[in-house]
Amino acid sequence: MTTEAKAHELIVSVSPHVRGQETVARIMWTVNLSLLPAFIMSLYYFGPLAAFVTGLCILSAVLAEHIYQTSLKKKSTIGDGSAFLTGFLLGLNLPPSVPFYIPIIGSVIAIVITKLLFGGLGYNVFNPALIGRAFLLISFPKLMTVWSEPTAQFIAMDAKTTATPLGILKEEGLSKLIEIFGDKTDLYMSLLMGNRAGSLGETSVIALLIGAALLLYRGYITWHIPFSFVATVGVMAWAFGGQGGLFTGDPLIHLLSGGLILGAFFMATDYVTCPSIRKGQIIFGIGCGAITMMIRLKGGFPEGVMFAILLMNCFAPLIDRGVKSKKFGAVKEQKK
Amino acid sequence: MNIDFVKLFQLIVSSALINNFVFTMFLGLCIFFGVSKKMETAVGMSITFTMVMVVSAALSWVVYQFIMIPLQLTFLKIIIFIGIVAAFVQSADTIMKKVSPTMYYKLGVYLALITTNCIIIAVPLKNAGEHYNFFESMAFALGSGIGFGLALIIMASIREKLEVADVPRPFRGLPISFILAGLIALAFTGFSGLITL
Repeated sequence: MTTEAKAHELIVSVSPHVRGQETVARIMWTVNLSLLPAFIMSLYYFGPLAAFVTGLCILSAVLAEHIYQTSLKKKSTIGDGSAFLTGFLLGLNLPPSVPFYIPIIGSVIAIVITKLLFGGLGYNVFNPALIGRAFLLISFPKLMTVWSEPTAQFIAMDAKTTATPLGILKEEGLSKLIEIFGDKTDLYMSLLMGNRAGSLGETSVIALLIGAALLLYRGYITWHIPFSFVATVGVMAWAFGGQGGLFTGDPLIHLLSGGLILGAFFMATDYVTCPSIRKGQIIFGIGCGAITMMIRLKGGFPEGVMFAILLMNCFAPLIDRGVKSKKFGAVKEQKK
Repeated sequence: MNIDFVKLFQLIVSSALINNFVFTMFLGLCIFFGVSKKMETAVGMSITFTMVMVVSAALSWVVYQFIMIPLQLTFLKIIIFIGIVAAFVQSADTIMKKVSPTMYYKLGVYLALITTNCIIIAVPLKNAGEHYNFFESMAFALGSGIGFGLALIIMASIREKLEVADVPRPFRGLPISFILAGLIALAFTGFSGLITL
């Protein structure tokens, strides 16, 4: 075929004819980018261990996906960044001083069992990183709850162990927590900056919010889930969290501590595992918040964000069914 | 008989969510996997199951308290409870067929399955073992029924979604459902310790 003929060739294709720039890979890599501030803060507070744990998670997640797909003679999808993101999120959800096999086991469970066996990206029922973490927490409860004390300036190699703020709050109460951190403002400031014990990526609220702002600005996540989630936690902490009866609780402590911000902005908003209708997303967020506070205040674990999101993941298809909008002009079917 | 409403409420919530029979004790799995393929059957099964559960728990309680304990026959409780459940389900089946054929065609198919379910027998046994009074055993039976219905409906909603998923061939159908049930059970461990009775 000559070039002249090619120029006049008529191209017939089906719609859509105008396409956006967004692809799955682009969104996934942007989410990865938005987690970077939190990762840098974790390096700052927990030292090289943070890089080791997170890196191992990412590496084993990507390798697991690649090996699975090539051995089944499928196209390897590691380029779209979703396996990288799962590994990254799992790494940021682990305590700093876990032994090397923990990240590997967690990543394999997350990628192979939770995602690939269900048909790969887009079909998974649960958030893979959270299933990985829940599996580890149930299987290795001791190792997964050794929290090291943050020591600033990128140096910590062998840190002292301590309890997380939520752990202290649950065991010994608010006054003990304030006593450890100095006064109330100091407490809030350390929680905001991330100078506290906890999972690698969850501690620094401010860094997480910077990343979340990027995602909100780009429109990759909407306000519905995170805000209803956070607001429910705040209201419930205020209403039921106090010792002196109703409406005496301190919502700020519950908002700033634990994995709430990481969970609400980066994990509950996972496209695949949350309802796709806006009204349903608000219900989803409220459910997450309510279960989180139930577990934090009354449950057997100090932190409930992970289980709350997983539980609401189970309900997501049901919520989607429930809030389906009516067809315009549709008449209710007559009962036979 | 004094009724402690807080305890009744706790019993319902705890048996429905926290000690959900399917997800924490792995009982009643045959129906759970057999009927959760479609939402319609799951809903029908949940309703029938809860009704049968409450009635058979009440019958068993009465028999246990007023016949078996005075006659010191408690060591026979497994056999007697199985007999009570089977007799009740069979008579319900026959009566429903005669009295309300429409309801029979809607719910009757599930009745035969329920007879041999492990939760139906576990609830009277637990009621007897924990020495619950009548209202407590009713609350426990109701909560267990609701919990089983909830499990079925969640499972059905997810499995309907999985129909279109590209699950590897060896895992299609039951195997992936087992994995799914395991993962849901993992999520349900989050409720542990919420209410201690």
